[in-house]
Amino acid sequence: MVGFKKVCSVNDLVKNSGVAALVESIQIALFYVDGEVYALNNFDPVGKAFVMSRGMVGDLNGHLMVAAPLYKQHYSLKTGKNIDDEDAPSIEAYETKIENKQVLVKI
Amino acid sequence: MGGEMSKQKIVVIGNGMVGHSFIEKLVASEHYDNFEVHTFCEEVRVAYDRVYLSSYFSGKTAEDLSLVKPNFYEDNNVTIYIGDKAVDIDRKAKIVTSESGIKIAYDKLVMATGSYSFVPPITGNDRDGCLVYRTIEDLDAIQAAADKGSVGTVVGGGLLGLEAAKALTDLGLKTHVVEFAPRLMPVQLDEGGAALLKRKIENLDITVHTSKSTTEIIDGDDCLNKMVFADGESLETDIVLFSVGIRARDDLAKKVGLELGPRGGIVIDNQCLTSDTDVYAIGECALHDGMIYGLVAPGYAMAQVVVDQLNAKVASFEGVDMSTKLKLMGIDVGSVGDPHGTDEDAMSYVYENGPEEIYKKIVVSRDGKKLLGAVLVGNAEDYSNLLQLMLNEMDLPEHPDALILPSRDGGGEDLFGPDALPASAQICSCFDVTKGDISDAVDAGCCTMSDIKSTTQAGTGCGGCIQLVTNVLNSELANRGVEVNTDICEHFGHDRQGLYHICQVEEIKTFADLLDKHGKGYGCEVCKQAVGSIFGSLWNSYALEADKIQLQDTNDNYLGNMQKDGTYSVIPRVPGGEITPQKLIVLGEVATKYKLYTKINGGQRIVLFGAQMNDLPEIWQALLDAGFESGQAYAKSLRTVKSCVGSTWCRFGLDDSVTMAIDLENRYKGIRSPHKMKMGVSGCTRECAEAQAKDIGLISTEEGWNLYVCGNGGMKPRHADLFATKLTQEEVFRYVDRLLMFYIRTADRMQRTATWMDNLEGGLSYLQDVVINDSLNIGEELEQQMAGLMASYACDWQTALESPSFIKRFRSFVNVDSKAEQLFVEERGQIRPATEQEKLDGIAIEVREIA
Repeated sequence: MVGFKKVCSVNDLVKNSGVAALVESIQIALFYVDGEVYALNNFDPVGKAFVMSRGMVGDLNGHLMVAAPLYKQHYSLKTGKNIDDEDAPSIEAYETKIENKQVLVKI
Repeated sequence: MGGEMSKQKIVVIGNGMVGHSFIEKLVASEHYDNFEVHTFCEEVRVAYDRVYLSSYFSGKTAEDLSLVKPNFYEDNNVTIYIGDKAVDIDRKAKIVTSESGIKIAYDKLVMATGSYSFVPPITGNDRDGCLVYRTIEDLDAIQAAADKGSVGTVVGGGLLGLEAAKALTDLGLKTHVVEFAPRLMPVQLDEGGAALLKRKIENLDITVHTSKSTTEIIDGDDCLNKMVFADGESLETDIVLFSVGIRARDDLAKKVGLELGPRGGIVIDNQCLTSDTDVYAIGECALHDGMIYGLVAPGYAMAQVVVDQLNAKVASFEGVDMSTKLKLMGIDVGSVGDPHGTDEDAMSYVYENGPEEIYKKIVVSRDGKKLLGAVLVGNAEDYSNLLQLMLNEMDLPEHPDALILPSRDGGGEDLFGPDALPASAQICSCFDVTKGDISDAVDAGCCTMSDIKSTTQAGTGCGGCIQLVTNVLNSELANRGVEVNTDICEHFGHDRQGLYHICQVEEIKTFADLLDKHGKGYGCEVCKQAVGSIFGSLWNSYALEADKIQLQDTNDNYLGNMQKDGTYSVIPRVPGGEITPQKLIVLGEVATKYKLYTKINGGQRIVLFGAQMNDLPEIWQALLDAGFESGQAYAKSLRTVKSCVGSTWCRFGLDDSVTMAIDLENRYKGIRSPHKMKMGVSGCTRECAEAQAKDIGLISTEEGWNLYVCGNGGMKPRHADLFATKLTQEEVFRYVDRLLMFYIRTADRMQRTATWMDNLEGGLSYLQDVVINDSLNIGEELEQQMAGLMASYACDWQTALESPSFIKRFRSFVNVDSKAEQLFVEERGQIRPATEQEKLDGIAIEVREIA
């Protein structure tokens, strides 16, 4: 178990959208909404490709979410759970924080 | 019930449209398990569609015309004896014997022996070239005769006769129609309507001879035959096609002693029973209440009545209304009820519009309260309304003539709302859909025309009822207080059109601004994309601008189409499919360098697949350097304009379709629209570019371009509708400018042009009115808006490559320079994405490892 790792600068993030980062050979997707950063694994469990960072961000029924770019399942930015179907595969979510304009993620 | 032993044996004699329909209905009925069905089919092929027989000459095959789904009889344990005719019935022993000697016992017998074409007893009626029009064999004979001759004459100017005349013109024959009565379609039309129909048909180069009685057919001088008329005149013709009416095929019934009518036909009662209580007769062989119905719908109704009774339900056939609406050689004709006013108290109103060639007449009761009949020629839009008024005996408005007078100032449209119709009112006659059925469909959740069409089939036959179906649908929705929720998603209380207008009027240019003023939450992939497209259409905004990035799905965002493995496709524009050898070489070089899979797609373009996100800028730079530009295949905008070779090279081309296609493509490229748009240009009617399957299609004719609109291929293929003919290039551009801009303004999100038009009240004719006649007085505005978009066009990739901040987006990872691992396998000398199994098996490799 590793602690928080510095990943990139806040300036590397794109507002209301996602970018990908490589941390300890794990691909993660970072989303930047309302000054908060959210991190999910970049692998789309349904589309089976590393694309989650390229999904569209928004909210559904009060959950902040990202829509998988291949087949449009909605995943909670906070928990990585599939919002439309509890039983569907979910995505690993990571804890994040911003310190001195640096993005830290706990892998 | 239900055991093998207790099965009731049903024998059906005749496998025409009605015989087959009977079996289909029985198979679909509740207690089909209780029956064992045998059927005799005299013809060498099973039931086929005689109604569309003439389409055999416009390209349909006998297989296309077949009404029997493959294996239908086998799958449902129906025994069919093809090419074997029933020749005897032992009514006592209840056994049918066939020509080949098969004997089948029955519990209930259904006679569906149909009819034959009546050939009048004229001397010479059996000469070479004298034919009838009823079976596919007849058609083959007509075809053979047409190959040898050049003139064809149809005897009989009724419904079937005119249909046959169309078939002859389709065969390229100089065509005549000879009618004994003083007018065409004497049963359905009055004098005024028939006169207009005659004029219109003659415009199509068909000569119509009325009040002609043929006395004999003899050797012709120039043609094979010569018809001699009672008035001393004559007509040279190769083919004489008799279509003067039908006679019931009742010879077998007669032989076994069933009761016949004085002029033929097997007499049936309201239960469709003959004089033998175990024998039914249905369709054109049956005589009901002194009437033989020469149409298929009453036959189907009789079939249903028999099926219901076999299922132990009460049912009866009470005769049917013979109102008809049809398109004869492109001419709309409608006849409702009694168009002749035979009731001596009846009064009539007539509207005739000479210049536009429209004739309408209604016949009303003495007190002016009820509609008795109507004739419509040239424009049959009022048909379904009039039919409903008559069938449901509804009260007419105070001034009944308002029913047929044009409503010019937009007023007086709705004289009799759909609410006035009873639930039993038949709205779609092709599929027997009632107002009640539509109402049920709405209860079950249908709220658009498309829903209604797929659920009830209403409007999917001849299409004559679409306006009425739409009206009923809307009123049903309104009655439920269902305000149809057309909100685009939970973030905005508007549909796409509403959002478009808000952005236009308030000049809103950012999503944050729009959300702030008119929405809530953060948005989602649905509203964001729609708004991104609206900004593109209105302001030609660029997808990679900071506040626009979040509005684009991955395709627009990375200016490529994401494939299943997360790589992108690269599709440069190849206008009109024309490409130089030098450019082809560049594509080859780029694909080789970046190890891309190449394929020619359906839009006459070359696609390079497997490009990784971080390689996209370099790949595109190489392509731009060679003179390519973005093909916008990733965007909801114009994809390609497909063209044939055209007059420059092709022997048959009438106009330069390639230049036209290139001009069109360059004119509309990059313009963002509610959905993708495709166009096609063909240089002649051979239509090699398949322009009629496109949103916008052009076909060259000797007199100019014919413009087709709102077609598409895809999941639900739809033929484009002919919009305007004989256009110059300038007119084409003007109409297309207006039409596309109107589409961009008013369509819903992800709505192709076809669905858009289907959902517009008034459909095609409304659209023609807006675009051609500028009925909304917005033509110029639409053209200007289009001109503005064209003027601000820029290649998306050019713009992206000019700005380092945009290019930043294409890094694989924000924190390291390495690129993402991407696994492929080789197939037929190129790469393809590795499957999960191949990755596990270690067969897959990274592209850089491919030598």
